Amino acid sequence: MPHVRFSSHLQKFFPTLQQNIVVEGKTAAEVVAALNQRYPGLGAYLVDERGALRKHVNIFIGQDMLADRKTLQDAVSDDHILFIMQALSGG
Amino acid sequence: MTDVMILGTRKGLLIFERDDLAWRFRSESFKAQPVSHATLDSRTGTLWAAIDHGHWGNKLHRSNDLGVTWAEVAAPTFPESAIMFTGFSEGDEQRASKPAVVSYIWLIQPGGLDQPNRIYIGTEPGGLFQSDDNGETFHLVEGLWNRPEREKWWFGGGRDHPGVCSICVDPRDSRHVLIGISVGGVYETHDDGATWEAKNKGLFANYLPDGYAEFGHDPHFMAMSPSNPDVLWQQNHCGVFRSADSAQTWTDISQKGGPVYFGFPIALDAKDDQTAWVVPAIDAEYRVAVEQALCVCRTAARHGRPCARGCPRLMRSMSYSATRWTLTGGGWHLGRPPATCMCRTIGVIRGSAWVAISRRFIRSDLRRCKV
Repeated sequence: MPHVRFSSHLQKFFPTLQQNIVVEGKTAAEVVAALNQRYPGLGAYLVDERGALRKHVNIFIGQDMLADRKTLQDAVSDDHILFIMQALSGG
Repeated sequence: MTDVMILGTRKGLLIFERDDLAWRFRSESFKAQPVSHATLDSRTGTLWAAIDHGHWGNKLHRSNDLGVTWAEVAAPTFPESAIMFTGFSEGDEQRASKPAVVSYIWLIQPGGLDQPNRIYIGTEPGGLFQSDDNGETFHLVEGLWNRPEREKWWFGGGRDHPGVCSICVDPRDSRHVLIGISVGGVYETHDDGATWEAKNKGLFANYLPDGYAEFGHDPHFMAMSPSNPDVLWQQNHCGVFRSADSAQTWTDISQKGGPVYFGFPIALDAKDDQTAWVVPAIDAEYRVAVEQALCVCRTAARHGRPCARGCPRLMRSMSYSATRWTLTGGGWHLGRPPATCMCRTIGVIRGSAWVAISRRFIRSDLRRCKV
């Protein structure tokens, strides 16, 4: 199952959030849904009510930045590590 | 009861309280997070705060112990079918559209006394949301959202999309609500939000081909007189207006040749429907402080037809950002952000005497450091 690592900024809002989480999911959208199940409300911090990745949030799947920011259908495999972080907006 | 001042800023929520004449700092919440609006529901004692995270979206929090502890509740979201309008593309006859998402929480407004669980939320892009379970769930007020003129006559001003930035609930009849949309205009419902009508007669918009158009006005902030709910005031993009007939008609009371014209906040006297205060800036074109200071103006005529002449109070110690603060309520709050850097906060006794609430924001103890 894919591993997920987070920006430490999210721990401010989800204090029990672990830095390395293993969840099920074949796409980035499924991973976000699984994360939201484990940490209720976390999904709304990452995606808007349409399921699109928020403008200033980034997800890397391995070394690759998420391509489908609208529906998060990028494939995720069991040996992938996902990095979820805030974009460095504003310098 | 102790007076409480709830101060939302771009860097958190500060609460002050007053015993006798001394204001003292009580608490700080949401450190370093932009608070787009905060309000205390006097019916339930619930304190509400909306947070506009740069990265993580708009969030809604409530506290039952005046900010000691907070719980996040699900912020309102648009139903799947809702679309928002963006810009015109070349050759298009209609504005482009896309699925609507809440991009900003402008306002949290408790409902009437007979609706103890009613909460309204005003948002960008122009959605009014309603809760009847004290914020556990919200739904879009479709009767307003589905107004046919929304596509052509509601648009962004200052921000990218229209925002519901004023909500006035008639204390005599909670089913009667007036709202202000920036840009869109004033709307009124008499049937608890099922149907809405525009109420912009007498307003003038200098950025429209027809300045007296039925829609498309920009009421930056509208307030209802606590002592006479038929009287409404608004600080508009294009002047200060007052209505004595529940927004059926508006009268321009801007100051000829003076600073009272463009601005954001307006505050009303709790007992006198002839008295209001505004904090004007120099014109929409410049948006800078009047004489490099915070300028507070009170209506000159205490009796008879109000006119916003005279009584400018210049506080030279205030920063420009302070001109966007809202002074609201029967008491005085310095409410709406943003104010990233505050020089000094002030209290007022009907505008005739001013005191510094706190000088803690001014750091005069410059410390030397080695370079």
